[in-house]
Amino acid sequence: MHRYFLAKLGQSILLLLGVLLLVFVMVRITGDPAALMMSRESSPEQLEAFREKMGFNRPVLVQFADFSSKAIKGDFGLSLHFRTPALQMVLERLPATLQLAAVGLLMAIVVAIPLGLVGGFNPGGLTDSVGRSLALLGQSIPNFWLALIMILFFAVRLGWFPSFGRDEIKSVVMPAFVMALPVMGQLMRLTRSAVLEIRGEDYIRTARSKGLEPKTIYFKHVLRNVAIPLISVIGVQFGYMLGGSIYIETIFAWPGMGQLLEQSIGWRDFPLVQAIAVFTSVIVLALNLLTDMAYALIDPRIRYGN
Amino acid sequence: MPAILKVRNLVTKFHTLDGIVNAVNGVSFDLHEGETLAIVGESGSGKSVTVMSLLGLIPSPPGQVEGGTALFSGPGGQRDLLKLSRQELREVRGGQIGFVFQDPISSLNPILTIGEQIAESLVRHQMMSREKARERSIELLTVVGIPDPRQRYGNYPHQFSGGMRQRVMIAIAIACSPEIVIADEPTTALDVTIQAQILDLFKRLRETLGMAVIWITHDLGVVAGIAERVLVMYGGRVLEIAPVDDLYERPQHPYTHGLLGALPRLDERESRRLVSIKGNPPDLLIPVRHCPFAWRCEYAFDRCWQEIPPLSPAGIQHKVACFYSIEQGGPRSD
Repeated sequence: MHRYFLAKLGQSILLLLGVLLLVFVMVRITGDPAALMMSRESSPEQLEAFREKMGFNRPVLVQFADFSSKAIKGDFGLSLHFRTPALQMVLERLPATLQLAAVGLLMAIVVAIPLGLVGGFNPGGLTDSVGRSLALLGQSIPNFWLALIMILFFAVRLGWFPSFGRDEIKSVVMPAFVMALPVMGQLMRLTRSAVLEIRGEDYIRTARSKGLEPKTIYFKHVLRNVAIPLISVIGVQFGYMLGGSIYIETIFAWPGMGQLLEQSIGWRDFPLVQAIAVFTSVIVLALNLLTDMAYALIDPRIRYGN
Repeated sequence: MPAILKVRNLVTKFHTLDGIVNAVNGVSFDLHEGETLAIVGESGSGKSVTVMSLLGLIPSPPGQVEGGTALFSGPGGQRDLLKLSRQELREVRGGQIGFVFQDPISSLNPILTIGEQIAESLVRHQMMSREKARERSIELLTVVGIPDPRQRYGNYPHQFSGGMRQRVMIAIAIACSPEIVIADEPTTALDVTIQAQILDLFKRLRETLGMAVIWITHDLGVVAGIAERVLVMYGGRVLEIAPVDDLYERPQHPYTHGLLGALPRLDERESRRLVSIKGNPPDLLIPVRHCPFAWRCEYAFDRCWQEIPPLSPAGIQHKVACFYSIEQGGPRSD
């Protein structure tokens, strides 16, 4: 168990170094970072001064060492646009993004898992057919389009929800739903196919041959095995929702990290972009680590290794 | 010996998209108290479906038991298994009839301890408290020959070897002291030395517990070592049923002949080619009105293509479903 956890932790740290390298290289890959960050009208003197200030005239390896050691301490420099520490700005946006992703994930789980379970236990039934159609819709509707339609219908026409911002509690409903829909579809299909697969396993036949009650077989033998693939997908999806909500936050003017990222790219505020990229990666890595732990708690084959 | 299980004219069909698969077509046999009856046949002969049908364990849909009776003399008197309610059937399964399946790797739930998997049967059928069930499970692990049972109780299936897992399966099967244990190819997935150990364990358990065993296999070599009587199945029908020695010495059905000819023997002086049976197993989608083996039979004559040969006496406790007598070199005299 400890070895498993340490191995996963080691993996995460290596990945984090990889992320730092990637972020570092991306800023420099197109050539002169100073030219990239400054506006086109800047004079050569201004560029030179900027290079000097940011340390871009030092050897690349020294720059990377400097960048990484500062990043690990949480120092991504000052935002070029706001002149405040970049990380602090990111942290201010974290609660909004967290709220959006958590509500979205909850919506997806609450709808998808019961539908998937019913569908898996009764394939071809009415609930299954309806659930599968919804899943297909959820996965295939482009959600920027859905977001606009929902704003038009529920915000403008009916006035049930605010069309943008995070001023009321119900503000979260529409962006969270738009975010949840594709995940809902995926989770529903996964739950359904996992139930179908586990039901056909030999050990379920063994459980039936013992004369166990159907209730015992479902809860003790089927559902616990179904939970294993679900946990890993939920973990990955939550990470994805935290990091990938740029356009949903932009459309709904949701003051989260995605919106900040979109704005900072427009401002060419590279310290801010770097801070958001690294911070999001850290969240995703931490979530993966948590997922692996949960996985191990349910599945003894991982807990005891083999 | 009185019969503990009397199966008559069992018919099971699978309603698939390709058509109706006639998996079991009127199988009849008796299982006597304390005996081991081997059911042999190639894949698709209906041997597993026959026993699974008796206890409602075939996947349904598409499987459907469509006829027959199966009189089981258990603690509750004589009852027809095919007419029991689902609830009554669950009492019989695991309580009065235990199962051992072919693949011990996939037949145990990977995320429950083996102890839990034995104990849940005891809690279910014998109304034991969890602590009592635990103690009894540890005893059972000792009985089936698992070393350090107290420590092993809390282990998971992946921590056991294939042979040890099959011992755990056997412990589950005998947990509630059943009248019958059905073993569906229990040694097929194991290597030969482990096979011998499992066979020995079964023989020992049968002597001490006195249960009857239905042993399903396609391995005639295993049959000789464990069974008293053998039932040969083909195309969902019984072709021959006989005491094991009689079957090996004077097989009556050309198919049994063929099976024995395909078996390597250690006691032969001269080396010979192993004989294989020509042709393919029957297509169960097509219902037959003649001997199901006629297509592949070198002795088939016109009568074999006109009617289905009934199971008729061919010696002491020996029955065969064939119109031809290999011993007499011509049609069997009725």
